[in-house]
Amino acid sequence: MVFLEFEKPLESLYEQLEKIKQVGEQGVIDVSDMIKELENKIKTQRKEIYSNLTGWQKVQLSRHPERPYTLYYINQMCKKFVELHGDRYFKDDKAIVGGLANLDGQSVVFIGHQKGADTKDRQYRNFGMANPEGYRKALRLMKLAERFNYPVICLIDTPGAFPGLEAEERGQAEAIARNLFEMAQLRVPIVCVVIGEGASGGAIGIGLGDKVFMLENTWYSVISPESCSSILWRSWDYKEQAAEALKLTADHMYKFGLIDGIIKEPLGGAHALPGEMAKILKKHIKKELVELVGMDPDVRIEKRIKKYSKMGQYAKKPKTKSDTVSTKVK
Amino acid sequence: MGWFKRLKDGIVTSTKDKKEAPDGLWYKCARCKEATTIKELRENYHKCPKCNYHVRIGSYDYFDLLFDGKYQEHFSELVSKDFLKFKDLKPYDTRLEAAKDKTGLDDAIVVAEGKISRKPIVIAAMDFSFIGGSMGSVVGEKIAKSIDYCLKNNIPFMIISKSGGARMMESAFSLMQMAKTSAKLSQLSKAGIPYFSMMTDPTTGGVTASFAMLGDINFAEPEALIGFAGPRVIKETIKKDLPEGFQTSEFLLEHGFLDFIVDRSELKTRLGDLLSFFHTKTA
Repeated sequence: MVFLEFEKPLESLYEQLEKIKQVGEQGVIDVSDMIKELENKIKTQRKEIYSNLTGWQKVQLSRHPERPYTLYYINQMCKKFVELHGDRYFKDDKAIVGGLANLDGQSVVFIGHQKGADTKDRQYRNFGMANPEGYRKALRLMKLAERFNYPVICLIDTPGAFPGLEAEERGQAEAIARNLFEMAQLRVPIVCVVIGEGASGGAIGIGLGDKVFMLENTWYSVISPESCSSILWRSWDYKEQAAEALKLTADHMYKFGLIDGIIKEPLGGAHALPGEMAKILKKHIKKELVELVGMDPDVRIEKRIKKYSKMGQYAKKPKTKSDTVSTKVK
Repeated sequence: MGWFKRLKDGIVTSTKDKKEAPDGLWYKCARCKEATTIKELRENYHKCPKCNYHVRIGSYDYFDLLFDGKYQEHFSELVSKDFLKFKDLKPYDTRLEAAKDKTGLDDAIVVAEGKISRKPIVIAAMDFSFIGGSMGSVVGEKIAKSIDYCLKNNIPFMIISKSGGARMMESAFSLMQMAKTSAKLSQLSKAGIPYFSMMTDPTTGGVTASFAMLGDINFAEPEALIGFAGPRVIKETIKKDLPEGFQTSEFLLEHGFLDFIVDRSELKTRLGDLLSFFHTKTA
């Protein structure tokens, strides 16, 4: 088990539990009461820790090395999954995966960022940072879904789109922009769920949908707290403050009306009970699909665009003379 | 024989050590360091007469360069507010006030309607001087409102981008403006109304990754910095020096992301030509 810094009190309790269990195995003393007591203690402690998480702690949780990733969820939720590769122009991006799946009888197209489980795998997946071909593969799969009238489900988990030289050459910006443009008009339902990190353009590049949800311990922001700290505070040391200032948690995002709901995680986070998490996620997606699939495509698209049109906070000042006809300044 | 004999002929102070001339009279080119009078610069479309460097100019400068005389500003009542109470080294509120005082502008974009070669057009032009031309809710909303206006009145739309990207101080609200503007542009496209995107120095981040790259016609001024990630970030990522000319307009043209590069002195004529190809209302 991997314990995060704020989970340290739990770590020592787990150590004690382990030791007592060992003693118990020797069969001399009956330790069942002590085990029960400790387990209760762990439960209370965990509840306490997890009910008061700061923004930065949620960022850490979203990056927990044991947290489940896209392919895990797809395989848990669906009996059949056929992964499809390649953008048909350049190559197959390993940081975005997708394919056809069967969700209890409903055919769907899954798309999601994919991170790696160990060092080698992480490199293979480029840490979940997609190149333009990843976004183009995603778009190809969405178009496939549209042609065969399958809903699209996007699972978001990225520290950002890859900022590399080749990514720029092949048009990282164009690839993301094109996806936003096309997703707005896609004739099938789109459900997006942030399952880990939702960093900026890299996240929203597969994140425009009829319904967008966040798992409880995830974040969604225009920039990572680290980069924000380095730019606005001119130092890497203010990531905690930046995480607070950015108001990037699911609670904030829901309160601001920028997402449509929060999906609860099991106590201790998605990584504590990944199978349970997959079940909750599946139930949630299925419920949303029932509603969306029944809608007329034109109505759905209009509703989708209207939802995004409303996003923004600004004030209005009284009209001034500047709104009248201006003449050329010479 | 004098005590003050000049040892070398001519001026020996190198140009870069030259003292600044007072503002308002002279302009010292940011690239070749040559000085020109402001009047000369203005007459030369705000380009350095010596090296053709396209000086960064503001929204109203573009309106003056492009429109046939009069133009009407739209949606100027929209102003940013510090909804998140965002505070880094300074509160966002203070930054907004400072930017307003410094620039005399209300935000990083101004929308105006006028005519180019007697054909109507709505132009949304960004101002880099206002918090780095960053895109927050106001930029997104003004673009969205412009698109609705163009849809209603069947007028071509153009955005002149000049921006460092999304405005961090509006966090996810600024991120969502990418989705908002792109979604609105898809409506314009569906209605068959042309949208021209012009990128100027610099156009990066969330602005490039949304409306700037979505023009029916995409073009740029010469030698502008255009990209998704900033050059410094890329350099840190790949731990190598970037090739010469990386992320310039010329680089983007070569890689297939621009239709053409246009010199500022030819911009108005080129836009007139473009507009003549699209069937919309005429004057």
